[in-house]
Amino acid sequence: MVTTEKLTQMVEGLAVFAVLVGLVLAIAGRAPRAGRSDDRRVAIAFLAPAVLGLLIVVIYPAVRTIYESTFDADGSDFVGLGNYATIFTTPDQIIVLRNTALWVILSPLAATSLGLLYAVLVDRARFESFAKALIFMPMAISFVGASIIWKFVYEYRPDFAGVNQIGVLNQVLVWLGGTPQQWLIESPWNSLFLIAVMVWVQAGFAMTILSAAIKGIPAELGEAARVDGATARQVFRRVTLPLVRPAVIVVLTTVAIWTLKVFDIVRTMTGGQFDTSVVANEFYTQTFRSFNQGVGSALAVLLFVLVLPVILYNARQIRRLA
Amino acid sequence: MRIRMRYIGLLALAGLLSVLAASGGIANATGTASGCAAYTAYGKFKSKKVSFYSAIVAPQDKSFTDSFKKFESCTGIKIDFQGDKQFDSQIQVRIQGGNAPDLAVFAQPGIVKQLATTRKIVTAPASVVANLKKFWSPAWAGYVTVNKKVYGAPLGANVKSLVWYSPKMFQANGWTIPKTLGELKTLSDRIAATGKKPWCVGIGSGDATGWPVTDWMEEMMLRLYGVKTYDNWVNHRVPFNGPAATGALNAAGAYIKNPAYVNGGLGDVTSVASTSFVDAGLPIVQDQCALHRQGSFYGEFWPKGTNISPNGDIFAFYFPGKTATSKPVLGGGEFLVAFSSRPEVRAFQAFMSSATWANAKVESTPTGGWVRANQGLVATKLRNPIDRLSATILQDKNSVFRYDGSDQMPGAVGTDAFWKQSTKWILGQSTKDTLDAIEAAWPS
Repeated sequence: MVTTEKLTQMVEGLAVFAVLVGLVLAIAGRAPRAGRSDDRRVAIAFLAPAVLGLLIVVIYPAVRTIYESTFDADGSDFVGLGNYATIFTTPDQIIVLRNTALWVILSPLAATSLGLLYAVLVDRARFESFAKALIFMPMAISFVGASIIWKFVYEYRPDFAGVNQIGVLNQVLVWLGGTPQQWLIESPWNSLFLIAVMVWVQAGFAMTILSAAIKGIPAELGEAARVDGATARQVFRRVTLPLVRPAVIVVLTTVAIWTLKVFDIVRTMTGGQFDTSVVANEFYTQTFRSFNQGVGSALAVLLFVLVLPVILYNARQIRRLA
Repeated sequence: MRIRMRYIGLLALAGLLSVLAASGGIANATGTASGCAAYTAYGKFKSKKVSFYSAIVAPQDKSFTDSFKKFESCTGIKIDFQGDKQFDSQIQVRIQGGNAPDLAVFAQPGIVKQLATTRKIVTAPASVVANLKKFWSPAWAGYVTVNKKVYGAPLGANVKSLVWYSPKMFQANGWTIPKTLGELKTLSDRIAATGKKPWCVGIGSGDATGWPVTDWMEEMMLRLYGVKTYDNWVNHRVPFNGPAATGALNAAGAYIKNPAYVNGGLGDVTSVASTSFVDAGLPIVQDQCALHRQGSFYGEFWPKGTNISPNGDIFAFYFPGKTATSKPVLGGGEFLVAFSSRPEVRAFQAFMSSATWANAKVESTPTGGWVRANQGLVATKLRNPIDRLSATILQDKNSVFRYDGSDQMPGAVGTDAFWKQSTKWILGQSTKDTLDAIEAAWPS
């Protein structure tokens, strides 16, 4: 497409948008003063475009995906729940589910506890802002960028005379007298090395939120506990932790949602090979490489079903926090 | 396998093959370079546009766009050339979104077949069918023919049955180029006896990791069980996990899973899985291994300044057959198919299948790598020694060409299960489990 063509389209799009907004305002504006039915009319006028948009870009695709997940590879024959059976019975797919479970359990726990520990340790320390910036920095790196960095960390060179390791992890191992390992080959340990990347990126997020929550705790509470003879550990367990609990839950669930959707790290580092695939990656592979729309859609639905309760819980927690 | 358009600059042996089969005769069919005489047949159009979508990206794209220039100015059809590294997945998105390009280039006959049976692509015009008959062998025509209907024409081709080696290293050690599979084994043992690992192998390729194993298995299948069994196996007329397949994969394993043979300069057998195919041959230059099996495209991967010639630092020999006279050749290619049948699209399709374009492409690729569709020109016109070698291999009267099998299989096998299971196989999974799993993945 030529640039001018694109520009014209953009202008057209903006014009349509302006007309629609004008229309909404006009309808809403026509409502005469107060009155119950008028309020309702105003509400409908303002809500309708958003609801319509949601219908088109969220509800319709979701329904369509669920519909397609009951058909075979090229969408021609109805197979009922056959694709779901495939996901839960084929050995390869079971490994995908196992990996997803590993990810969802380990990475929120690790990221949150590391973040919490760090937040407590640097709280009111001398170099607090610098220390926080340090751990927050990976958040600025995209998953793909982080994956490439960690791929170099894990890089393997054979254990031959004259061959130098180029991966940090293996070089450290060699310095300590060990033999270099191929970190990303052996399942299920390789998944743990991928999860480490996620934790590295997300710990900063967890730390920031939790640190803010800790700062919100009135200092008197901790002091009072200490006056009563509580140790630092007791203060943390009995005072700090219960008070930041809502924040901890929000962080846990948010990281869990990100983790369920993890695709970039797996695809960049192993491409789902060596038994490291997760649902989001497998759904892409099935749809666009195996051309198996049915199983691809079924995996997408599964992902949706897995994420949904976490999102609902998260939304409730955020409301309570606010 | 997935080495495709990126290396398309390598060979247009499709044309060459066709001549082998059709016995020349198009040398004079091409007009002179000046004027539009050769283009009148394609008609005159007024401000029409044809979109051409492929995985051809810089720097290979320039020789393509240059080769269309004359066509564009003579016919008035503008070619909207779109090269995309993400072609393989994006083309599916575009087709499903009803936003298919006019023309697209696929490296897998399997996908062409799938698109034809689901009526996503349109049949080729009569002119393309005529060119296909005239310039390509029946085997090549078969890759674009579905239910007796022709859906396009091949663009180019490449040879995979090559073993890279160092002529200097061979001379220094008194090794000779093996002429049979038996001699290849003897040579490997001889090199292994010196304490050096004879082979270096790498199958790493991101999410496509595993594809070089499919090439190895196909080579062995062709050599040990013949073309007929190979065709039956590729088209699933026999199960994927039959006795021939078991024998072929085990034969490949005798090389690439053999701790005495691999992995020169790269590590133990598991390093086969983690080494990128791009780096896998390089230990030869460092004198760490002696042999590396990879397609003609690998010529581009050697370090800058490497002398690639029959007596230089690096060269290749034909991966030998079972006997000195049986010469199966494994290779690949690209195919141009259309999603719409507007007159300007058909005109361009006809042009792309003609000798006129083949010549224009040779002219626009001055560094070599394209072969004119004429046997008489081959020996003298080819600038690149590897192209020349590929041409000789294909010209050999004993040669039987077969297209890369995994590219012809359905996507669920050819670009997923076959790769994934091959990788597991390298890492220790048994041959039986591997083949059973791939058979189970074959769409019914």
